[in-house]
Amino acid sequence: MKKTLTAVALSAIIASPVATAADEVNIYSFRQAFLIKPLLDAFTEETGIKARVVFSKKGLLERLEHEGRNSPADVLLTSDIGPLYDAVGKDLLQPIDSDLLDKNIPAKYRDADGKWYGLTSRSRIIYASKDRVAEGEIKTYEDLADPKWKGRICTRSGKHTYNLSLIGSMIAQHGEADTQQWLKGLKENLARRPQGNDRAQVKAVKEGVCDLALGNSYYFGKMITNDKKPEQKEWAQSVNLIFPNQGDRGAHMNISGAGVTKHAPHKEAAVKLIEFLSSDKAQQIYAEANFEFPVREGSKRSELINKYMGEFKEDGINLQRIAELRDTAAKMVDKVGFDN
Amino acid sequence: MKATLTADSYAQPQTQDSGLWRWLGSTWLVALLVALPVLSVFYLSLFPKENIWSHLADTVLPVYITTTLQLMIGVGVLAVGTGVVTAWLVTMCRFPGKRFFEWALMLPFAVPAYVIAYVYTDLLEYAGPIQSALRDFFGWQTARDYWFPEIRSLGGAILMLSFVLYPYVYLLARASFLEQSNSLRDASRLLGCSPLQSFFRISLPIARPAIAVGLALVSMETINDFGTVDFFAVKSMSAGIYDTWLNMGNLGGSAQIASLMMIFVVILISLERLARARQKQFHSSDRFKALDTFKLSGWKAYSASLACLAPILLGFAIPVLILGKYALGHLDQLDSEDFLTFAGNSFFLSATAALITILIALLLAYSKRLHSQKSLSVAANFSSLGYAMPGAVLAIGVIIPLAAFDNSVDSFMREYFDISTGLLLSGTTFAIIFAYSVRFLAVSTGAVESSLSKVTPTMDMASRSLGMTPMQTLIRVHLPLIRGGIFSAALVVFVDCMKELPATLILRPFNYDTLATFVYQYASDEMLEECSLAALLIVAVGIIPVILLTRTITSTRAED
Repeated sequence: MKKTLTAVALSAIIASPVATAADEVNIYSFRQAFLIKPLLDAFTEETGIKARVVFSKKGLLERLEHEGRNSPADVLLTSDIGPLYDAVGKDLLQPIDSDLLDKNIPAKYRDADGKWYGLTSRSRIIYASKDRVAEGEIKTYEDLADPKWKGRICTRSGKHTYNLSLIGSMIAQHGEADTQQWLKGLKENLARRPQGNDRAQVKAVKEGVCDLALGNSYYFGKMITNDKKPEQKEWAQSVNLIFPNQGDRGAHMNISGAGVTKHAPHKEAAVKLIEFLSSDKAQQIYAEANFEFPVREGSKRSELINKYMGEFKEDGINLQRIAELRDTAAKMVDKVGFDN
Repeated sequence: MKATLTADSYAQPQTQDSGLWRWLGSTWLVALLVALPVLSVFYLSLFPKENIWSHLADTVLPVYITTTLQLMIGVGVLAVGTGVVTAWLVTMCRFPGKRFFEWALMLPFAVPAYVIAYVYTDLLEYAGPIQSALRDFFGWQTARDYWFPEIRSLGGAILMLSFVLYPYVYLLARASFLEQSNSLRDASRLLGCSPLQSFFRISLPIARPAIAVGLALVSMETINDFGTVDFFAVKSMSAGIYDTWLNMGNLGGSAQIASLMMIFVVILISLERLARARQKQFHSSDRFKALDTFKLSGWKAYSASLACLAPILLGFAIPVLILGKYALGHLDQLDSEDFLTFAGNSFFLSATAALITILIALLLAYSKRLHSQKSLSVAANFSSLGYAMPGAVLAIGVIIPLAAFDNSVDSFMREYFDISTGLLLSGTTFAIIFAYSVRFLAVSTGAVESSLSKVTPTMDMASRSLGMTPMQTLIRVHLPLIRGGIFSAALVVFVDCMKELPATLILRPFNYDTLATFVYQYASDEMLEECSLAALLIVAVGIIPVILLTRTITSTRAED
């Protein structure tokens, strides 16, 4: 028995990747592997650096935290500002000094200290039924609480991070008391208990369950080009896209982003990866494949986005502020019983 | 043939030598190792970011509690009902298709709950074939013209979980029915019981420990399920755990909720144990004689067939057919994705974890049998706690001790030998197997203990007085006798590991995928069609041992 144990321990030591090659970069990713694979392939092709990924939507920050200085992870890649903000709070990221990144990425989409960088942006918009909602009938997020929409709105769970960010931006704008009133009004207008993902809400509009739906902008692109499931094209064709608050602060925005971990064993390669992701080439891949907006100034949006969405005004609020308000927003969702 | 003894009239064989300390020591050591992740979560719960309870109590706690209770009771009733009735039918009765049902009733077990939830949503929602057909037939235009039960609801979640969880009860109840002796039933019949009465008065009470273990497993699976309730927007306790952790950044607070949930489960299990503490049965086995079975005919036979067919259709055939239809559209993945590697990884992890949990379960159960020490029961119960904890929280509990171990070794080596050993265990397959073993130990301990408890102690006495050591007795006497129980435990752990998700995701090495993680990256975005092929593979890999092992269990009893 003892011999076996020793053998197991030894083989574990041998098998574990202690020696780390210089030409690789290790990513802890909150984004699904299949979404980022084309980008990583292009990166390897250009630089010869191999990219290795662990994907999970939760638990990676804790793993990074406890692995400490021996963590093999170099880059943290997220689909939302939230985890980046949490990672900074736990002191898991290191500041990067890169002129290229500062040039490519506008200041509002990166951390002032260089601990995280936004790579793509998306807006949370209103999908309105072409048949049942007249043009100009709804213009702002605030309008969603208007009693005339009673029983006509669909959304996913209020606890989903996309909705929490939106609620956070409302709190930043109107303060807690007014936002809670608004959220209560919105809750009373819901056609059904919050459920499903963003796409499912647009589908519900098509089916007549509701007339308005909240959803991220890129889902439109994913639906309208979906050759494998052509019914999704019909869902997308049944709605108009409304970028809210064009008359005042602009439409609510969020980002996907990345940062270099504090103890990154391959720091140089990590910076190279983030720089690559901010390059025109990578930004185009994002734009074409996932219909997100490039953050890089001068990078073109996809044809399709231009065709359906055109130019619109973005809310200029600092994303850090929205991340700070997520906790408050989550509790507010409980207080008004939004998901019940 | 059957000796039914009371606890009072029977004393465990005691050894006076140092053997006691060997067994005691190793049992506690293993139990502590297995309990490390759970202890880590307790530790985390000492440091909440803020007190979460006042907020919860003011807002959603009542919803979480009532929803969780309704879910547990609903799933418990349906799973026990389905599992016991079908197990009794295929074991004690003869009717058309019995041979097929014996193993086919286990098939739904290979289907992950989150997959079945997705499939049924597609089938029963507004745009699905059933509602579309109804609309065509009645001329309804929109969703507002008629009422149709909402699949994404508490009721829907109860059904989905029952469809795939009843096999726990079926498996254990059937093993127990198979072990029962004819003589008791004959006696009850001679005394004038109808077959049904003899079922309620003899078979069922004898099978109660096994059914209780099954129910405990079902309840724990239900309480820690997140995939299904999240997809159906049902606000159970695990929704609260993840919300507190991820949205309110309060891991300590969510560890508190998880710990409380665990205590709740422990109370449940202890209550049940208390209730059957006074009954103890052993059998010196007339298993070499075939069971006397009732022959059903006419409408009784048809209803029996139907009762066994329904769960198989609902929990297996329908979802697999729909998955198969999706998969046909994605056959190109066979070229682009490395399914063979994913399946290999899944198989390796699950088989290793199954083997390890069985060994640990044997150690725990057998040393408890050898020495009726209170502390050994405590150790065994303690090490089973991991099962009641949501997978992702348990994964954090695994990371903490492993990373602490790795980093201390590394610091030591750096200090004295100037070598950095880095992370030895964290981020390797070891971490995943450790997590699986911790999580599913309860499954194997329950099954092994319940089989072992039915071997009469006179066997031990005979073997020991013939000069065998406890170890020899275990290997040469007990193992052959409880083979069926061990196999079924291994099967359950294996299939559970194949389906396990959150811990695998969080703990795995770089670029390492199992079938379940591959499925998840699509399913998490409600794109099950894209991963239907892999989902089918999970089911397929799970089926092979299901079939093999159900046969083995059947063969523990002689047949006509």
